[in-house]
Amino acid sequence: MMCDDARLLLHAYLDNELDASQSVAMEHHLRHCSACAAQHADFLQLRAAFTQASLYRRAPDALRVQWSFPEPTSAANAAPARTRRAPIALSMAAGFAAALLITLPAFYALHRHDNANLTVEEAISGHIRSMQPQHLMDVISTDQHTVKPWFAGKLDFSPRVKDLANAGFPLVGGRLDALDGHDVAALIYRRRLHVINLYQWPVSSETAAVSVSQQRGYTVIQWTDEHMRFVAISDVEESQLQQFVQLFRNDAVSPLMR
Amino acid sequence: MPSDFRPPASTPRRTHFEVCVLPYLDAAYNLARWLTRDDADAQDVVQEAMLRAFRYFDSFRGGDARVWLLAIVRNTFYSLRAKGASDDAHESFDDDTHGLIDEQLSPEARVLLAVDVRALHAALGQLPHPLREAIVLRELEECSYKEIASITGQKIGTVMSRLARARERLKTELSRSSTEACRHDV
Ligand SMILES: [Zn+2]
Repeated sequence: MMCDDARLLLHAYLDNELDASQSVAMEHHLRHCSACAAQHADFLQLRAAFTQASLYRRAPDALRVQWSFPEPTSAANAAPARTRRAPIALSMAAGFAAALLITLPAFYALHRHDNANLTVEEAISGHIRSMQPQHLMDVISTDQHTVKPWFAGKLDFSPRVKDLANAGFPLVGGRLDALDGHDVAALIYRRRLHVINLYQWPVSSETAAVSVSQQRGYTVIQWTDEHMRFVAISDVEESQLQQFVQLFRNDAVSPLMR
Repeated sequence: MPSDFRPPASTPRRTHFEVCVLPYLDAAYNLARWLTRDDADAQDVVQEAMLRAFRYFDSFRGGDARVWLLAIVRNTFYSLRAKGASDDAHESFDDDTHGLIDEQLSPEARVLLAVDVRALHAALGQLPHPLREAIVLRELEECSYKEIASITGQKIGTVMSRLARARERLKTELSRSSTEACRHDV
């Protein structure tokens, strides 16, 4: 085999597209021609570089959700619930629940359960909406000292902002959003190719246990720390979102209100 | 993207579509994203391609759904691009005038010490569309020559020479950017 032939066939050889006899001829040539062998080594390296995860662009969640059809039964159940969930009805329901809290703990527990489910649904739609182009962030910054002041004057509370870049969850920005009838601060973090939305708004209760739910491929983790309600949502693995929540809360325990 | 888009109503056909085609949504997006080099445009292309795929699904007679879908994505991209008639819409690419292999390797371009991923991103984005789609399908989608040939509507020989040319160009670009990087270091 001549080098000219080898230069072209090298690619078919790399791609496993040569027949057995051509492969043998190619191997023979590579053993005896250092120039072609060097080429081969370069292209192997190029191929290795292509395995970097960042080169493969996965479909955004919004697209996937649009084309994922829910089970027929759950779709039938979900449809009427959706129409009842107008924002005004929602905040009234929240107020009603607050009144019941004092007198009827058992009922409250029941209601709170429903309310949590509702929050999960809303968090998921909010997350999906945020994945639409140009909807993710109002302020783009990896600096907590830029993101935190950005919310000042836009909300009647000061959200807790923490950069977790060192732990592999870089802060990338923030935006205003509405959830559960409240104006909320949304912080956006990244975990490799995935986006994590962290919502927060002030509540009257001091603390509430962490609750984890899974729906439609998303994990939603909710908790309350020092009168602040948090909802974290992402399509990362549950263990990773757990880790994120733990990191965020650990920091909140130590001197927090920065 | 059409904001009033609603997925078709639930039917057995839809379930079948979901099972056959939806697993390749990432593949569709990856190809569209590399062809358009823009998130929003890629979403438009995939959205339109999925609608077309759903419309033509009855004409899909088994076989490889991934190849079928990727061919639709590619056609959608080129037809939307022709409609948009942007400045580079009529980028011409002639397989024959380029020769089988670019003969431009300088001695210092011959050793690729390390590949900088950012430089690879940029170099890949700069390739002409015919070379870019071939190398994306081969390296990121791991398609065979035969599959690439049927997605792009080219002969297998053309696929092979386009891949060869794409890799030669990437290598040249990457060697150049690494020698530039070295000079900056000094
Ligand atoms: Zn040789």
